[in-house]
Amino acid sequence: MRRVFIANRGEIALRIVRACRRLGLECVVGCSEVDREGLAARSADRAVCIGPGPAGQSYLRDDLIVQAALGTGCDAIHPGYGFLAESPRLAARAREHGLRFVGPPPEVMELAGDKLAAREQARLAGVPVLPGREVGSAKEARALAEEIGYPVLIKAAGGGGGRGIKLARDGSELDARLGIARHEAGAAFGDERVYIERFIAAARHVEVQIAADDRGEVVHLFERDCSAQRRYQKLVEEAPAPGLGASSRTSLLEAAVRFARAISYRNLGTFEFVVDAASGEFFFLEINCRIQVEHPVTEEVTGRDLVALQLRLANGEPLGFSQEEVTLAGHAVECRLCAEDPARGFLPSPGKLEAFSVPSLPGLRVDTHCHPGAVVPPFYDSLLAKLIAHAQRREEAIELLLEALGQLEVTGVATNRALLADVLASEEFRRAEITTDWLERALAAGAIGPRAVGATGGAGG
Amino acid sequence: MALRDEDIREILRIVDETPLAELEIETEGFSLRVRRGEAAASRPHEPLSPPASETPRQPVVAAGGDAPREPVVAAGGDGASEGTASGQSQPLDGLVTIASPMLGTFYRAEGPGEPPFVEVGSHVEPDTIVCIIEVMKMMNSVPAGVSGTIVEILPDNAQLVEYGQPLFRVRPQ
Repeated sequence: MRRVFIANRGEIALRIVRACRRLGLECVVGCSEVDREGLAARSADRAVCIGPGPAGQSYLRDDLIVQAALGTGCDAIHPGYGFLAESPRLAARAREHGLRFVGPPPEVMELAGDKLAAREQARLAGVPVLPGREVGSAKEARALAEEIGYPVLIKAAGGGGGRGIKLARDGSELDARLGIARHEAGAAFGDERVYIERFIAAARHVEVQIAADDRGEVVHLFERDCSAQRRYQKLVEEAPAPGLGASSRTSLLEAAVRFARAISYRNLGTFEFVVDAASGEFFFLEINCRIQVEHPVTEEVTGRDLVALQLRLANGEPLGFSQEEVTLAGHAVECRLCAEDPARGFLPSPGKLEAFSVPSLPGLRVDTHCHPGAVVPPFYDSLLAKLIAHAQRREEAIELLLEALGQLEVTGVATNRALLADVLASEEFRRAEITTDWLERALAAGAIGPRAVGATGGAGG
Repeated sequence: MALRDEDIREILRIVDETPLAELEIETEGFSLRVRRGEAAASRPHEPLSPPASETPRQPVVAAGGDAPREPVVAAGGDGASEGTASGQSQPLDGLVTIASPMLGTFYRAEGPGEPPFVEVGSHVEPDTIVCIIEVMKMMNSVPAGVSGTIVEILPDNAQLVEYGQPLFRVRPQ
């Protein structure tokens, strides 16, 4: 591998440029017309404009990406996250043209993309899954839901990442939502299959970072907790997972490694689990075949460059370290600063950044593509920056992050800064007691966010 | 009545110096419709990068007796550096640039050994195919979108071109 084509934008494209530099690889960024002047495009050895702003005409076009990679003499494609990161089609097309795809092989991606198939493979590998299965008729769904016990979740086989999920608290809700769920699944994912799973009311979202080389060596790089979510979108993540007992952690990590081996997983991946906060039991949710937004917390506590590791693994190199050599140091917490306005229903707030400056504090890392004068286009997700604090103890990391948020200067677009600070400062978060439903409940109750007493509001901040 | 380059430029200058948004001229066998581009109109205070005297903010032009329904010339105040990348733009020297409508491999001919679609000096009409852009074996024909004479062919054959990259320079008629 000599030259890498980066098929992404924003902070992750810049992150990949840096990993390439570190490994002595050249890199080409494929950008849309509106990202030509972006930091990622300007930092790469070369940038090529693959299409207009709307992602459907640029970042989501696997044909243009492969063509651009070939035309610029690249021998690998790094898809980043989002867009086509988990597209078996792009992976297959890259392979067909002799390009290395930085990710697992297309067959693994297909399996991971089919949530029902992944569930079945997990079960076969002896990894706990939530009680449930695929359902056809409404009658069948009713019978299954009664067997499992309400509430239940209706999930789309082609969904994932929080998309295509509906809650049914009783039989009539199930009847009402099953048809809609099926219809929406068909429209959104081209796959009408749905399945029903037990719903855990008080759940934590815990995910295991996996790395596997071409020889089949598999290691974990511990876990992350991402329970602070709004509409299944993560806001704050941390590593290691607080409040996870030693024996639970060991069996969770072992289960993920066992599962990865069973399906011949390759490259970097994340195995997501739901942990019952009451009992500590864990159940497999889904596999993410990509570098995750929240990968920096793992990098901070393990001291390993995951993007460089991804590139090395894609090049066919061995892992180069054993499980025993993966160690944990301290605690890391990340929060996602987004250009959205919590006071206006989290409406995206594109625009030009007038001021943008992040403090320099010991233990603070900021992954961002933003700078004063940078434009936040309306076409893409609203992530501006990831602030990552690493300290010996969890409380110190939280304090550091709060200090960083306080010193941050962003004007020109509305941000969720105040909300992030509210979450980090809350008693529930400090005590590591939050579950995946907490953030929305706290927002609705006005305990945090724009409706909270003494809230400063998100606009301009 | 034949319309010369100078005439068009003169008309454009008049339109540019007045607050007119649209102008229509019709004489026997000839009609001209000039409309100020939205991009230009929406950025009235943006400074022009090249000397202003030579670069009037270009209005959108549609010309010709058998009037093509679309405006064939469009340019923002500062030319190719921003605005819509694909299509044509007319910078200071009165030439029109045909930009690549997509990323892909630029081919001057239908196939190896075949004659090129156009050469320098070729006359083109808006629907004249000037090149092919190949994306993953999909051949996309690119029409000139303007009538005039090819003055310059910018990329080499079989070269990767980006979205919005200038391909041809045309002297409009």
